[in-house]
Amino acid sequence: MAEIQLKSLAHSYSANPSGPGDYAIRQLDHVWHKGGAYALLGPSGCGKSTMLNIISGLVQPSEGEVLFDGKRVNELSPRDRNIAQVFQFPVVYDSMTVFENLAFPLKNNKVPAAKIKTRVQEIAEVLEIEDKLHKKAKNLTADEKQKVSMGRGLVREDVSAILFDEPLTVIDPQLKWKLRRKLKQIHEQFDITMVYVTHDQLEASTFADRIAVMFDGQVVQFGTPTELFEAPNHTFVGYFIGSPGMNILEVERCQGGVRFDSTELRLEPWQSEILGGMKSDNLKVGIRPEFIEISPVMSDDTYAAEVRDVEDLGTYKIVTVKLGEQQMKVRQSEEFDAGIGSQVNLLFPGQWLMLYVDEFLVQEQQ
Amino acid sequence: MRQTGYKNIGITIYILLLLTPVYWLLNMSFKTNREILGGLTLWPQNFTFDNYAVIFTDPSWYNGYLNSMAYVSINVVITLLVALPAAYAFSRYKFLGDKHLFFWLLSNRMAPPAVFLLPFFQLYSSIGLFDTHIAVALAHCLFNVPLAVWILEGFMKGVPREYDEMAYIDGYSFPKFFIKVFLPMIRSGIGVTAFFAFMFSWVELLLARTLTSVDAQPIGAIMTRTIGASGIDWGVLAAAGVLTIIPGLLVIWFVRNHVAKGFALGRV
Amino acid sequence: MDKIPDNRAWWLVLPVFLLVAFSALIPLMTVVNYSVQDIFGPGQAYYVGTEWFKEVLTDQRLQDSLIRQFAFSGAVLLIQIPLGIGVALMMPKSGIKGSLCLILVAIPLLIPWNVVGTIWQIFARGDIGLFGWAVNQAGIDYNYTGDTVDAWLTVLLMDVWHWTPLVALLCYSGLRAIPEAFYQAAEIDRASKWAVFRYIQLPRLKSVLIIAVLLRFMDSFMIYIEPFVLTGGGPGSSTTFLSQTLTTMAIGQFDLGRAAAFSLIYFLIVLLISWLFFTAITHADKEK
Repeated sequence: MAEIQLKSLAHSYSANPSGPGDYAIRQLDHVWHKGGAYALLGPSGCGKSTMLNIISGLVQPSEGEVLFDGKRVNELSPRDRNIAQVFQFPVVYDSMTVFENLAFPLKNNKVPAAKIKTRVQEIAEVLEIEDKLHKKAKNLTADEKQKVSMGRGLVREDVSAILFDEPLTVIDPQLKWKLRRKLKQIHEQFDITMVYVTHDQLEASTFADRIAVMFDGQVVQFGTPTELFEAPNHTFVGYFIGSPGMNILEVERCQGGVRFDSTELRLEPWQSEILGGMKSDNLKVGIRPEFIEISPVMSDDTYAAEVRDVEDLGTYKIVTVKLGEQQMKVRQSEEFDAGIGSQVNLLFPGQWLMLYVDEFLVQEQQ
Repeated sequence: MRQTGYKNIGITIYILLLLTPVYWLLNMSFKTNREILGGLTLWPQNFTFDNYAVIFTDPSWYNGYLNSMAYVSINVVITLLVALPAAYAFSRYKFLGDKHLFFWLLSNRMAPPAVFLLPFFQLYSSIGLFDTHIAVALAHCLFNVPLAVWILEGFMKGVPREYDEMAYIDGYSFPKFFIKVFLPMIRSGIGVTAFFAFMFSWVELLLARTLTSVDAQPIGAIMTRTIGASGIDWGVLAAAGVLTIIPGLLVIWFVRNHVAKGFALGRV
Repeated sequence: MDKIPDNRAWWLVLPVFLLVAFSALIPLMTVVNYSVQDIFGPGQAYYVGTEWFKEVLTDQRLQDSLIRQFAFSGAVLLIQIPLGIGVALMMPKSGIKGSLCLILVAIPLLIPWNVVGTIWQIFARGDIGLFGWAVNQAGIDYNYTGDTVDAWLTVLLMDVWHWTPLVALLCYSGLRAIPEAFYQAAEIDRASKWAVFRYIQLPRLKSVLIIAVLLRFMDSFMIYIEPFVLTGGGPGSSTTFLSQTLTTMAIGQFDLGRAAAFSLIYFLIVLLISWLFFTAITHADKEK
């Protein structure tokens, strides 16, 4: 088990990077603590797989250090780092049986045969493939193969960490849920550091205690699913997490707050104060559909908007409203009954209206 | 990683061993016969271009090259023209006797040329094609066409039939689809096939020699007949040999990326 | 891909069929025709049924040639297949080095077969050839024109030089087709080099190797030009293989009937073996 620290990490795939665009991972400082279950969440191409490969040693970072328990491991090959990695597509040794596949890493480590047998049996039971132990690996279905792939990652007891690179991509949707629970179970049982890469926020929230959201080569937020939801640190986090994501509007400064089109939004005093001290014009406000309230009465604090569309999703509704020239989504209960074209009064509670300068959240100084 | 070091040494040694006989030929081509027969020298003491001069100026030599290039080119063109539609048929359709036809084609790739020597000689003589380029080109089709069909079918299998169907929906007629849509998709397959057809036709001598005498004599035949009054003209022979390697080198350089893919199908 | 049944596909296949029929069937019919006749001269042919076949099957000269041929082809396989795999494993996987390597290794394949014979004819001589001279200098008595064993070894060496690249290139592309993820997984599983070869590379080379064995066996079984130029079949008939025996019979001695019968038997042996391999290949393909 290890604490994995990434210090001043940056990586470019080209030999002579000329600008930030050439970097797959930009200035990154991050710590994965011992025994944690972590998700690395982000869209395709944001650098997640690169980060994983740097941790396991399949890729050497062009700048910065990777430290295991404080020791620098940049130069160590993957086999010396004692890491297990599960890839996106099932990697099984076709000519061997399932048993031999699972036993392979243990055999290479010269674990005694009796120990191998019990361990393989244990892992096979956890993954529910113990009845297939004597089948040839090449005759398995895709998800069985992926289970074997994962099994090989889990079978070694002495690993520092297990890295999963979108391992459920080829699995059927019904099985995905089961396997996710399994992985969580395994984590609780064996207490190993696990890093799970995915682009699916639901997977990330189910599996991880804390999620690192990556965007454009940087970790833009590292927190629990709740933290990510309630206080997204970056506009991308706001947009990516939640279904639908956060409403994000471009605004400009005005007297008393910010405005977009002809609508003026009031800011909390501390937000205005901090904004005053910043020069940037890249300003955005964000508020989640869940936190916008619709008031039955008009008041100084409400904003008049027109209902454009209502999606009925069973236990709740997503209402699309037009405020000024901008569209926003509001989540309402199933009792919402205003029709299309009617007017509603929107309330933006101060604690949920987020201000973003240069894409990053403006937070109250404590 | 350290293993690459051993690999590099190993492959370098192998390549050096491989190229040594070729170097020796090159070496001889730049020597005079006197120097060659006089004793063993690792590089020419009296460097000379004379041997090459002979080949470039004597028609009985350079015609050999021209003849060889001629029938090889004709062969490649014919091979591609007939193999493309056939490979398409094999890759997309089931038809009466298809498996047997395919096997029969392959068996011709395995045909010993020696078996066909005499019959070819008589056949082409009887239709008045003896000693022509077209005769050799056609004769080489015996093994090149099956090979071409085999390789092309492999590449074509990799293009999903959905593309064909899409093209028909878009209104393409079959010939238009084939030429404008399909062929560009298997460009590398065509390149590989052309390369192998070229290669096997260029290096084959038995049939080429049997079917020609004067007009269409390939360079190989001329080389094997060079025994003059003063014994074998080693220098010129070596120069001629070197010159036969060059076209092959040029062709493989042009298709080098495609060739790896072609070998990958394992259908050479 | 599921193939659609459609007999109109024959139109597409017709040009190939006609061309190969012309090149193959007609000559073959001629051969069959000759094999059952005794031909003394133009217009003087007598039907003799299976007499030629009986003679050919009992002909000592041909039997010797056949034995020599099998021995040669066997030796060829034993050396070229492992060597080819070894070379393929050493070749760089990509980049400009990979391309350069590919081309250099392929050079022997691009040389006209008579030139191959000529190269070795010169190279192995004791007086003007580097190899022959070097071997003699090392104290070994080496003369490929006079000594049978030396002649055999030289012909083998020439064939190994000439054709190992084919095996190497076939295996090389088979290796290149292996996705990187497998090597990465093996690295993480701490597999030894031998384990990587045995469990990842070798299984994936299986179908390529079957083809390599098929091609090398067949092509070596039909070899003619290279040994003919190198040794002329000698000394004596020690390096006279099947094709040369046949060619001499047909063109040299104009013994048409016997040559034709021999041709058919020769072809039948080739067909039988290629059918065996074809079945093995399609079987391996199906398993994929």
